[in-house]
Amino acid sequence: MTGDGLPRWVDLALIPLVNLLVALLLAGVVVLLVGENPWEALKALVWGAFGSWDQIGYTLFYTTSLVFTGLAVAVAFHCGLFNIGGEGQALIGGLGVALVCLTLGDLPWPLLLPLAILGAMLFGGFWAFVPGYLQAERGSHTVITTIMFNFLAAILLNYLLVEVLIEPGQQVPQTARFPDAGHLPYAHEVLRALGVRTGPSPLNVTFLVALLAAGLVWLFLWRSRWGYELRSTGANEQAARYGGISPGRSIMLAMALSGALAGLLAINEVMGSQHRLMLGFSAGFGFTGIAVALMGRNHPVGVILAALLFGALYQGGSELAFEIPTFTSDMVVVIQGLVILFCGALENIFRRPIVAFFRQRTRETPQEAAA
Amino acid sequence: MRKLFAGLVVVAWAAATPATAADVVPGLLFDMGGKFDKSFNEAAYQGAEAFKKKTGIEYLEFEPTNEAQREQALRRMARRGANIIVGVGFSQTSAIETVAKEYPDVKFTLIDGVTEAPNVQSVVFKEHEGSFLVGMLAAMASKTGKVGFVGGMDIPLIRKFACGYEQGAKHAKDGTEVLVNMTGNTPSAWNDPTKGGELARSQFDRGADVVFAAAGATGVGVYQAAKDGGKLAIGVDSNQNHLHPGTMLSSMVKRVDVAIEEAFTDAMNGEWKSGLKVLGLAEDGVGWALDDNNRALVSAEMESALGAARKAIVAGDIEVADYSAGNSCDY
Amino acid sequence: MSTTASEAAPAGTSTGRAAAMAVELVGVDKSFGPVHANRQVDMAIEAGTIHGIVGENGAGKSTLMKILYGFYQADSGEIRVKGAPVRIRDPRDAIAAGIGMVHQHFMLVDTFTVLENLILGAEDQFWVRRSLDQARDELIAIERDYGLEVPPDALVAELPVGLQQRVEILKILFRGAETIILDEPTAVLTPQETDELFKILRRLKAEGKTVVLITHKLQEIMAVTDAVTVMRDGAVVGRVDTAKTSREQLAEMMVGRKVLLRVEKTPAKPGAPVLSVEGLTVTDEAHQPKVLDLSLEVRAGEILGIAGVSGNGQTELIEALVGLRGFTDGEVKLKGQSILSGYQSSDPRELRHLGLGHVPEDRLRMGVVVGFDASETAILGYHDDPAYNGRLLSDRAKVVAHCEELMQAFDVRPADPLLRTGSFSGGNQQKLVLAREIQRDPALLLVGQPTRGVDIGAIEFIHRRLIEMRDAGKAILLVSAELEEILALADRIVVMHEGRIVGEMPTAEADRRKIGLLMAGITEDAA
Repeated sequence: MTGDGLPRWVDLALIPLVNLLVALLLAGVVVLLVGENPWEALKALVWGAFGSWDQIGYTLFYTTSLVFTGLAVAVAFHCGLFNIGGEGQALIGGLGVALVCLTLGDLPWPLLLPLAILGAMLFGGFWAFVPGYLQAERGSHTVITTIMFNFLAAILLNYLLVEVLIEPGQQVPQTARFPDAGHLPYAHEVLRALGVRTGPSPLNVTFLVALLAAGLVWLFLWRSRWGYELRSTGANEQAARYGGISPGRSIMLAMALSGALAGLLAINEVMGSQHRLMLGFSAGFGFTGIAVALMGRNHPVGVILAALLFGALYQGGSELAFEIPTFTSDMVVVIQGLVILFCGALENIFRRPIVAFFRQRTRETPQEAAA
Repeated sequence: MRKLFAGLVVVAWAAATPATAADVVPGLLFDMGGKFDKSFNEAAYQGAEAFKKKTGIEYLEFEPTNEAQREQALRRMARRGANIIVGVGFSQTSAIETVAKEYPDVKFTLIDGVTEAPNVQSVVFKEHEGSFLVGMLAAMASKTGKVGFVGGMDIPLIRKFACGYEQGAKHAKDGTEVLVNMTGNTPSAWNDPTKGGELARSQFDRGADVVFAAAGATGVGVYQAAKDGGKLAIGVDSNQNHLHPGTMLSSMVKRVDVAIEEAFTDAMNGEWKSGLKVLGLAEDGVGWALDDNNRALVSAEMESALGAARKAIVAGDIEVADYSAGNSCDY
Repeated sequence: MSTTASEAAPAGTSTGRAAAMAVELVGVDKSFGPVHANRQVDMAIEAGTIHGIVGENGAGKSTLMKILYGFYQADSGEIRVKGAPVRIRDPRDAIAAGIGMVHQHFMLVDTFTVLENLILGAEDQFWVRRSLDQARDELIAIERDYGLEVPPDALVAELPVGLQQRVEILKILFRGAETIILDEPTAVLTPQETDELFKILRRLKAEGKTVVLITHKLQEIMAVTDAVTVMRDGAVVGRVDTAKTSREQLAEMMVGRKVLLRVEKTPAKPGAPVLSVEGLTVTDEAHQPKVLDLSLEVRAGEILGIAGVSGNGQTELIEALVGLRGFTDGEVKLKGQSILSGYQSSDPRELRHLGLGHVPEDRLRMGVVVGFDASETAILGYHDDPAYNGRLLSDRAKVVAHCEELMQAFDVRPADPLLRTGSFSGGNQQKLVLAREIQRDPALLLVGQPTRGVDIGAIEFIHRRLIEMRDAGKAILLVSAELEEILALADRIVVMHEGRIVGEMPTAEADRRKIGLLMAGITEDAA
């Protein structure tokens, strides 16, 4: 039950849906202004996201990345923290993945994957732990420090790729390709082995890791004593202190875990798709994760659904830009922005009328029954 | 019945004609940063547009916003029947490498990157040669003996520009001091005119009076700062002399447009060849721009000196060190 | 004029009532989602009287008054002022209709003077100076008329609470209010200040103003009002003349059943000291001393009550004793063993294991997590107890079972361990907290404001449980701002003023006047 007495399905399904529809409606107006048919654009968008196996593959590939960053934001949020450093944590996580894959890349992937996951989580986790420590012990706000750490991560990665890790003899700032043995299996390879003919997409086994991570995050938050401490700290720090919980410890734990989850983005992008560490592979997914977490109500299931929506927008949007040449990639960003605006930042603007509507209904029903 | 059949033939023939004439279906994949960056991607766009204007053949295009979209877009174009696809920028290297294997019948041209495959043509430019010439120009135009360089993102390619520029400046006037600043370490360094302007002003404060920007859209701020401070600036990639006539000394043009138009045209005429294609001064792939906008700033002495240097470089008498050869600027 | 009006009044109403109604509410109804806060409320408040409104928490008193003052809009119903229907859309309308309100939390700007606060929102001149000059004359006139002396140029922050409340009343009179609503005005006052307030209210009445007093303290109703309206579950259950009723009758009306107002208890049989505090000094974040060289002792089988006006160091004392706050000097012993000394706040978790239970004074701030379900709130502080945990994950079934047990033992309603804590009423939340702390059978229980915001029915229950605990030989330290509660529960009373203990006495020898003076810092030799 929510405070304003709405049925749960209204809170969890109807309000996000209304927000989404309004966002799409406004996007439709934008499409009209560009001189295209909104209905055609919507069709292209949906078809682009789900029209074929490989398009679904791309959609789920983006979903995978967004599940990680969305979970990262959600975990921090449950401790009352705003981690907007997912971008940087993902980049540093990528460094961990690359170090594992470059040194041990000859291992078969089932052996290499756990090690790479460990590398991603340790590196990404460390990158968020430091802001967590600074907040817990020095009172520096994570909003500020995590943003700064995004820049530091980019600079550090750039330095390493330009000066240290660059593939010898190349001038592109990226590492050498990881050995083939350690490449994660693609979904299309698996599907082809099963006899399903499909075009290639970067969707890989990391998708399952993301689902697993969502499940583990749920268990951790709601079924472990550490999750309990973390949520207590976020929900009522005084009560946590009263309960003998150290808020500082919870904050550091939450940030480290948040960063570790963001770092896992690199498993999908670096190990699963690019097979080498390159600049800017995080492509803003760290930031989109904030919208994903907001829309998913910081619950793992919600995060998965919201990630799917945004994944579909990414993939469908790129098809849209390709199908309708006047529709540039900037326009796609506008549409994504509208969805983020209405589902994230303005998610409460329709809450009030909806609440009023349901109140009216609950009041009228008994009267009708009486009459 | 007969009439109908004849009609069908006519229709079929009419439909088939453009197909035979335009055997070529070109595709163009931009780099991240967008096609209207007033620089690199825009040059690519202009090349493709020029081809379209001459032949009337439409081309497919895409601007990626993340890494995974590169391969996706290449495949999409190939599936749509594109048979000559140009990828702009070194970041496309691995994507083209991958997709070229999947579509062995499609021709791929990679600009600014090198990869070996039977159906890939790699086009690289000798930016250091062009930079050498504008370096000379800068040193000769400078009254203070100090010239500046503002780079975009600090990557080897941009250091290659800086290295050639420095050599040219010292070649023209021994003892010329070259101030080098990079805008940043992230891709945003390509699109930060404010910071570009600041870096230019700080170089002016340190005594430089000519500045060369190889920084994408960041350069816009550099040129503005030069104009505001009454100093001289040198543009890059496209001919940017028109931006501020009177303070734009010249532009180091890198004919990405020509390379793309050529790739499309060659493919159309069956002259396209795979392998490495290096475009330097000799091929007119790089050069310096002289037009009405900067004619007044370039003296006859400068023009002849640059002309002589160009000849010497083409003939091999002057050897300009290439940073990318050993990732260091030794000369 | 009054005769014609009384003739016009419908038959059956007492003479003159309809004629002199300051405010009438007719069929006022208001819902918040499924919560029906006010049900068809009819209420009439006679002009020139002091009218009390009583009811338990959640009975709808505050909602009703907020509708009258324009904070909320009624779903249906009518408000009449002096017989004429009015629309009150916001407080501005209310003020225009001659209705003013003194809120529980004062709405004053601390850094302004009395005079500046007075004209706040009523500046009618461009130059503040001119408004101030005019206001000064008016203020002096009002102060003289109602016996409400306050120095006009004093900073509000420097005034004692009682005077700040006067400023609130002055503000309302300054705006020309005829009807003055006071929401729980005595919560922050000493008994003497309360008496002063009542004098002012009577004076207001004498000058022809109408006063509406919202309170849950029945003795105040009896002391000062002319008539009372009792509310329960959002509806009016009755209106009685104060002279013709009793506390017992009012309590029964409020709760809907007979209520025991006195706690039955046998004399205490104190045993060995359980808690001894020696020379404790606690400072706040700004290094201001809040507890000064304080010593006290609580024995097994007794309840020690700490009386005092809120903010005299009780909070800091308790927080230091439970390890939430470091202290600068002194020693604390539990059963003869030193548990706390020095600057560092220690681990509340460890102290719990030593047998220290704590019912925090501010339930919402500290005692519960409103967003947690009840079962989670029920293990706060004990969440790492192996009883609720497997090797890695917590054992949900055991946590829920534990909560069910607590709910049954303390009659928490609804007995649903999965319901969000915030969805329980204040009384039931408090019962859950008490259950959590008492069920562990601690040797020492520190209790702050155990019945704040708790219904009368639940108060009775909570008091009985505390006495039972005492009788079981446990030591209880009780802090309460309600003197009545201290007098009813404690076996021994100490009075705190400005961080020191200024008096101590067995409850049998305590009287309200004496404690009241001590609470105000007036020791007997000085008085």
